Amino acid sequence: MAEHFDTPMLDELENGPWPSFISGFKRLRDEHPEERIRSVANSLLGQLEHSYETRKGYWKGGTVSVFGYGAGIIPRFSEVDDAFQASKEFHTLRVQPPPGNYYTTDMLRQLADSWEKYGSGLITFHGQTGNIMFIGADTENTQTFFDEINDYGWDLGGAGPDVRTGMSCVGAARCEQSCIDEQKIHRTLQNNFTDDVHRPALPYKFKFKISGCPNDCQNSIERSDFSVIGTWRDDMKVDQEAFKGYLQTKGRQYLIDNVITRCPTNALAITDDDTLAVDNRNCVRCMHCLNVMPKALSPGDDRGATICIGGKRTLKIGDLMGTVIVPFKKLETEEDFESLVEMAEEVIDFWAENGLEHERCGEMIERIGLVNFLEGIGVDVDPNMVNNPRQSSYVRMDEWDAEAEKWFERKAEEAAG
Amino acid sequence: MSEAAAPRPPIESGCPEGFQYMHPAMRRNYGNWAYHEDPQPGVLLHVSKDGQKIWTVKAATQRILDVFTIRKLCAIADDYADGYLRFTLRSNLEFIVTDEAKVQPLIKAITDAGFIVGGTRNSVTTLSHTQGWLHCDIPGTDASGVVKSMMDELIGEFTSWNMPNRVHITTSCCQINCGGQGDIAINVQHTKPPKINHDLVANVCERPSVVARCPVAAIRPALVNGKPSLEVDERKCICCGACFPPCPPMQINDAEHSKLAIWVGGNHSNARGKPTFQKLVAAGIPNNPPRWPEATAIVKRILKTYKEDAKDWERINEWIERIGWPRFFELTGLPFTKFHIDNWRGARASLNSSAHIRF
Repeated sequence: MAEHFDTPMLDELENGPWPSFISGFKRLRDEHPEERIRSVANSLLGQLEHSYETRKGYWKGGTVSVFGYGAGIIPRFSEVDDAFQASKEFHTLRVQPPPGNYYTTDMLRQLADSWEKYGSGLITFHGQTGNIMFIGADTENTQTFFDEINDYGWDLGGAGPDVRTGMSCVGAARCEQSCIDEQKIHRTLQNNFTDDVHRPALPYKFKFKISGCPNDCQNSIERSDFSVIGTWRDDMKVDQEAFKGYLQTKGRQYLIDNVITRCPTNALAITDDDTLAVDNRNCVRCMHCLNVMPKALSPGDDRGATICIGGKRTLKIGDLMGTVIVPFKKLETEEDFESLVEMAEEVIDFWAENGLEHERCGEMIERIGLVNFLEGIGVDVDPNMVNNPRQSSYVRMDEWDAEAEKWFERKAEEAAG
Repeated sequence: MSEAAAPRPPIESGCPEGFQYMHPAMRRNYGNWAYHEDPQPGVLLHVSKDGQKIWTVKAATQRILDVFTIRKLCAIADDYADGYLRFTLRSNLEFIVTDEAKVQPLIKAITDAGFIVGGTRNSVTTLSHTQGWLHCDIPGTDASGVVKSMMDELIGEFTSWNMPNRVHITTSCCQINCGGQGDIAINVQHTKPPKINHDLVANVCERPSVVARCPVAAIRPALVNGKPSLEVDERKCICCGACFPPCPPMQINDAEHSKLAIWVGGNHSNARGKPTFQKLVAAGIPNNPPRWPEATAIVKRILKTYKEDAKDWERINEWIERIGWPRFFELTGLPFTKFHIDNWRGARASLNSSAHIRF
């Protein structure tokens, strides 16, 4: 192998107690039995050191895909390949993890073994879109590696203007707050759109993320176009004995300062006989009191999900949180899941038809207005969709009577069950 | 002559089934958990409705794992945690055990192998980060290096429960901000318009889509030296870099003028208040590899003030909402400038239209 590149700046990232990614690169460079991997690691370290010295990136994109797909590979060609030959093609394969990022060691070893045969030996768990990122294969080995892991159950994720890889929180597998079956929701939605994951043909990216409760550990409301957040609509469950236990161990003042007065809608009170009184009609399911007292408080039994549409990051009109489109949706029967998928199809179809190039779903909603979007996907207006009704009188309202009538008809239907 | 092998058609299996990779105790108790406790930093105890218990030990890694590290972690999981692993969305690892006696030996094995146990409850958990110079095509900085440098200094806050509530810190290498919202976000902020290589634009860039990409309509087609290219109205340009990904000859990254900015108060959770976006607090911070000491110093100053002044359970956004922004700038000693006043769409909602002033 060629001489090791000097890496004085990167070497400084080996100091200190936090695990060092640079030490990992050097292990590959110095200790890996295969000459190919040692060379690639050396070359990568050299280019990264060059970036640190000049404060510039030196990767450019391109067009690389596996047979049959148009997405899932992030092509990277070095702009300084004269100096750093061995890593001049350094593509990433984005691979979809299972919901919640669960692995057996057998499977991780199998993936590592495959990657060692064809790639750089570096894997990121996980990228911000949620994929396992196998960083560093040349064009030919991108296909070979994919073929091998595809044979034992792994598929590429999204990239570019398509349905992206989904993400879910730890969920019902290990959390008492989970109100929904994240595993099933995630795979039902995501795998309905497999064609849209692999063949980019949408205005821009579209992401599904699922959180089991309103703590939203998956950050779905801001980081996904289609956010499914578990919730419940009956009364929360209170174990008064457990509450008394908290009263004894934490103290009355602590509970007043940290639970009662922190309720955003003043829906909690400690009564004279030391029980917790809950105004469930005004509870907004924020989760705070359940977080502080998980032994005493739990979500109710009538569980489902709130669906928010249109979250995204900065480009190009600024950050957007998703907006409530469905305040509560049961997700138990096969029909419930079918209608969830139908709704996702409506949203994506409408956006594919009406979104501009490089326009996220939330940006389209801002451009055309929420009401036009709702009419496009066939969802009725609901006061849960707004913080407050409009403040501006500049609107044409000559269809008021007809719209009011629709509201009363819907209410009558709901009342009739 | 042998025939070329037919290409292999992909198996479009999509997202794999998760239960096959879950610890059996999690499969068994799926949807059946009653409550959890926090025995010590980095350890969770979950108890199911019929009394089954699992302990989770959370550990930080370097996120970008070499195969040696993967095998080392797998060996620990095999020895102590029944051969199962889970990654959190901030790239922490979770080992699950059903036998309490294994918890301390597992922590010792993780620590002996050079990983850090912590990141639960009211700690500063691992910075979430993006690709940076290692692999991105448009980065203004490195992310892994920033995270390593900062966590070296914040490690004591990762392994303890000293913060008023949990702190999520994020990094991003451009203003697209793949790192997302954070209680504290350290993001690249360019300060000069792109430098255009006019010889390349016509061949590399789809000019109408680059024009359309600009948030402030500062880009227009132009003929430069007889070649079709693009020009930027530098009085309108906000230096966001949105034109750079679709048109690499519009180089936005600059060794000196691409700076770092720090934002605070992003919070996805619905707990107590509604989710919030992060707000600018500091900018003009040098992009200073390999250790970024100036950015780390400001993050530490914000954390110290938060730790001293916030009440239990207040996230950074809630703390500042209570004490007010003037007090935040006073307590942290950070300057308040004209750049802190928003002039983007919807800016009016961020102005104080009231007589609510703290003295």
